[in-house]
Parts: sequence; structure tokens; C-alpha cells
Amino acid sequence: MAERGSASRVAELRAYRALLGAQARSQAAYRTSFVVDLVGNVGATVFDVVTVLVIFGVTRELGGFTLRETLVVVGLSSCGFATADLLVGNIERLPRYVRTGLFDAVLVRPLGALPQLLLMDLPLRKLSRAVFGLAVLLFALVSAGIDWTPGRVALAVVAPLAAVVFFGSVFVLTATVSFYWVDSGELANAVTYGGRDFTSYPVTVYGGWFRALFAYGMGFAFVSYHPALALLGRADPLGLPPWTGWAAPGVAVVAAALATLAWRVGVRHYRSTGS
Amino acid sequence: MSVIEMDGLRKEFTVRVKAGPLRREKRTVTAVDGVDLRVERGEMLGYIGPNGAGKSTTLKMLTGVLTPSAGRARVCGLRPVADRTRLALRIGVVFGQRSQLWWDLPLRDSFDLLRHVYRVPAGAHAARLARCRELLDLDGFLDIPVRQLSLGQRMRGELTAALLHGPEVLFLDEPTIGLDVVSKQAVRGFLAELGRAGDTTLVLTTHDLADIERLCRRLVVIDHGRVVHDGSIAELHRRYGSRRMVVAELDVALPEPPVLPGAPVQRVEADGRRLVFALERASVAEVVAGLAGLTTLRDISIVEPDIEEVVTRLYRAPAGGAASAVTGAP
Repeated sequence: MAERGSASRVAELRAYRALLGAQARSQAAYRTSFVVDLVGNVGATVFDVVTVLVIFGVTRELGGFTLRETLVVVGLSSCGFATADLLVGNIERLPRYVRTGLFDAVLVRPLGALPQLLLMDLPLRKLSRAVFGLAVLLFALVSAGIDWTPGRVALAVVAPLAAVVFFGSVFVLTATVSFYWVDSGELANAVTYGGRDFTSYPVTVYGGWFRALFAYGMGFAFVSYHPALALLGRADPLGLPPWTGWAAPGVAVVAAALATLAWRVGVRHYRSTGS
Repeated sequence: MSVIEMDGLRKEFTVRVKAGPLRREKRTVTAVDGVDLRVERGEMLGYIGPNGAGKSTTLKMLTGVLTPSAGRARVCGLRPVADRTRLALRIGVVFGQRSQLWWDLPLRDSFDLLRHVYRVPAGAHAARLARCRELLDLDGFLDIPVRQLSLGQRMRGELTAALLHGPEVLFLDEPTIGLDVVSKQAVRGFLAELGRAGDTTLVLTTHDLADIERLCRRLVVIDHGRVVHDGSIAELHRRYGSRRMVVAELDVALPEPPVLPGAPVQRVEADGRRLVFALERASVAEVVAGLAGLTTLRDISIVEPDIEEVVTRLYRAPAGGAASAVTGAP
């Protein structure tokens, strides 16, 4: 029984791989525009980094952090967001999938609806952004003068992955709102892209209820700020205990669990279209 | 055990209706209102009704797309929503207005992908595909990207896609919508062939009653979310008094329509030179004899009952009246 279970698991993974292959071939059908997109897509992520550099052109510290330290925050954020955007970002097109009937089509197939949608519409052109984000992170980690311990090496690997999971969960959670409220796109963007911008700077630059809401209400502080503190070996100027720097994976798991739950409830509430 | 079981199946939607410049009112719309139905293995069921009657909603509840508001549904003994992925391996679905195919890839690739999606052994897949290629004449366009196919070609592709995993039940939602006559014939012929083999249960919704007459012995009519008729097409005619018609062409119009016992005049056409009688109790011979005594006949023809007309009348009947006609309540 267990053997049969794992065999069907393998067959299922093979099915997902086939979907991914089909998506790659579909995009290859428009090769020129694909290359243009690939190049053009780096733009937005580069802009995030350039913004930080410009700010440091007029100040030597930002919220108590130097340029090199801030770059670790930026790197974690860019790498995490760009990769999540590549893998999960297109779920914000859920209202379109509903309208075109794609959502009905995937629901009558013997595979999970969410992975099917993600693979069938994987925006491979966003690959360039993810690579750029990773490059920024690597550069930041090398140049920040980190005192490397085995724990910090592990965190340097796990924290970006946790950031990917966290942003991915945010994408799914906000998209799920459109099951109930079709015109929720603007609100969803405010949270996802707002979250990305928020995580590009040390949370010390923000203040008041805004910081409380985004950093701890929604958990964005654990994406880049707290892991960066732990990597840099700095105490939190806001006074949170050192273990918060290592909490990123736990926070990501909670976010993923919430997103999965919301997705399942959303699918049950799904109303389909008229015909 | 029936292949499909529905007990008190119900689906309500809440819609927000504009009730003023800013105010919006919530209103509950019942799309499917307590449907009880059993479908046996190998049956070919026609499921028809006017727009918005709840046909598609029923199908979506049976395929696990929509969660019922109340009631119980079982397909192949499985719960459609809770066991969705397991059920998907055993049913095939064709939604006339949405596609299971990959738009930018050749049709052939979609079939190959579906083999992976449904985990079909290569041998069985090849055999089923070969059969569909022959019966649906696919060979001319297997290598063309789906987006370039005509609607008729695409629909033949959709049918193949729905059958490659050898489903026990095939759900078809408007499979002939928008097709030209030739494609309609091809699709109907193929489905009839499938039905003859007898191991696939077929549930078909359609606007085109010719589909039903050609394919389905059993007909379920749904209106306002309720079943108003469940039986054979002949029973439908009997119950709703659809009659054969006699069309009499006269040389000269009569001053007024003749009164023949058991055969009331339905229509007077062509300035009174064409009379249409409904055969209630009279026979064709009696009508002809009765008319021959009054005038000279140029031509006589007999028109078989038209299901379209019956159904139209059924739809116009008030929901309560139609429902009580079915249950036989006084």
C-alpha cells in the first residue's frame, strides 16, 4: 500500500513536470518576445536596488544601518520576492483564470488546482529577476563582513528560502480574496508590493502603527530585517530578543499553512461563471 | 449502486443587486433546487432546460467544481468535492465553452500531456487515441496548434481529451454549441457509437434537441432548478399532450376553418389554403375523409411530434403546475 502510494506520488510529480515542460514550449512559441521580456523584466528589481544606493548617496546611515548592512536586507528581500514572484506571482491572475474557464478545467483534473495553475502559467521571463535578486544577495553576504559560523551559514541558506515561502504565501492569500471579492486586485497589490518595498529597508526607518502593522501584524519583519540582524550579529535596536533573527523559517511555515487553509476554503466558496 | 446519485441536491448563490446609488442588497438565487436523480451504468441521459435552469450548475456539482449548498451527490460512489482528484480519474468532462487543451501547442501535445496528467499506461493511451483518431477523423490537424483549429476541430479534440483515460462517466456541457452541421453530425455519431458500446455513462446538457433525439433514451428536463420531467421522449410527448399533426393543402380556401371531431385546427396558413390539424382522438383517415367531404385536397402530410415544441410549452408552464404534473399530485 505504501509502495503504491509512493509510486502514484512519483507519477503525480511526473505529471507536474509535464505541465512545466508544456509551459516552457508554449512560451518558446513566441521566442523573440520571450527574450525581450527576459531582459526587460530585470528592470523593476534593479530599480529597487538603485533606490537604496541613491538614498545612501545623501546619507551615510539609514535607520541606524550602513550601506553594506542595508544591502543584506535588500538582498534577502529582492531574492525572496523575485523568486516567489516567478513561482507563485501569477496566481494574482486568478480572476482571469475564473473568467476564461481555466479554473474549472483544472478542477476536473486529478491534480491539485493550485500547482496546476502555477505551472500552466509560470512566467519564465521573470527568471532574470530572480537571478538578479540572488546576485544582489550573494554580493551583500560577501561584502558585509559577516562573522561566519555554521549557524549563520545555515541561516544564509534558509532565510532566502523562507522569504520565498513567505512572499509566496502572501501572493496566495491575497489572491484568495478574489474568490469572494472579484475587484480585490488593488488591495492585493498594496499588500504584496507594499510588503516587498517594506522589506527592502530596515524596519527602523518606519514608525508607529504602520511599522507595527506591516512588520509584526503581517510578519514582514521576519523576511529580511530580523534574519539580517542575526547574520550581521547585531542586536535589534527596537529591543526584540536575538532569537527573532532565527524565526524566519517558523514564520514562513505559519504563513504557508494559513495560505493553504485560505486557498482550500476559497476553492469551496468558488462560484464559477454562468455557463 | 447507481453511477450517479443526487439526493435533494441544491445550490444557492448570493448576488448583490444594486438597490440605489450606493446601496446594494444581498439576494439569494437558487440555481438548483432539490434535485433527486439516479443514473445507472451505461445510461445516456439528456439533461435539458432553458438558460439559467441549473443544468451547468448541476454538472459542476457532480464534477467537484462547485460545492453544493445542501443535499448529497455521489458519482462512482465518490463525493465529488471531497474526493475530487480521485473522481477526476474516473470521469471525463467536456465543457463546450472552455478548453482542456493547450492553446499554443499542437493538438497532439495536449493528448500526450493528458496521458501524464491522468497517469494512463502508454499502451491503453495509444489504443484509445487510435480509436478517436479514426472515429473523429483527427489526423488532418493533429500537428496544428490548438489556437488555429476551427471550433469543430477543437471540439473533436476536446472529446478525445476527455476520453483518453477511459472514464466511466462522461459529462458533456453543450458539446455541439456553435458547431456547423457537419461537425455536429460527427460529434453526435461519435457519441452514439460510444453509447452503443455500453460501458460509458453519458450525461449531456444541450440546447440542441436534435442531440437528445439522436442520442438519449432518457430525458430529464429542469426548470428553475427543479426536475419537471424525467422519462423517455415518448413519455414526454404523452404527458404533455404533444400530438401528430396533419397538414392539409387545399385548392381553395374554405370560408371558415372546418370542425372535425377529435382533430382541432391548430393553424391556418397560406390564406386559408393550408390547414394544420392536431390528432387528438381522430385518425389520419378520419381527418382526410372529413375534409374530402368539404373540399378538394391537393396534398396531405403528417408531421411527427416535435420535441422542441413540447419543451417550449413545458418551459412556459408555471413552475408549480409543471412540478405537480410530474409528481402526479392532484
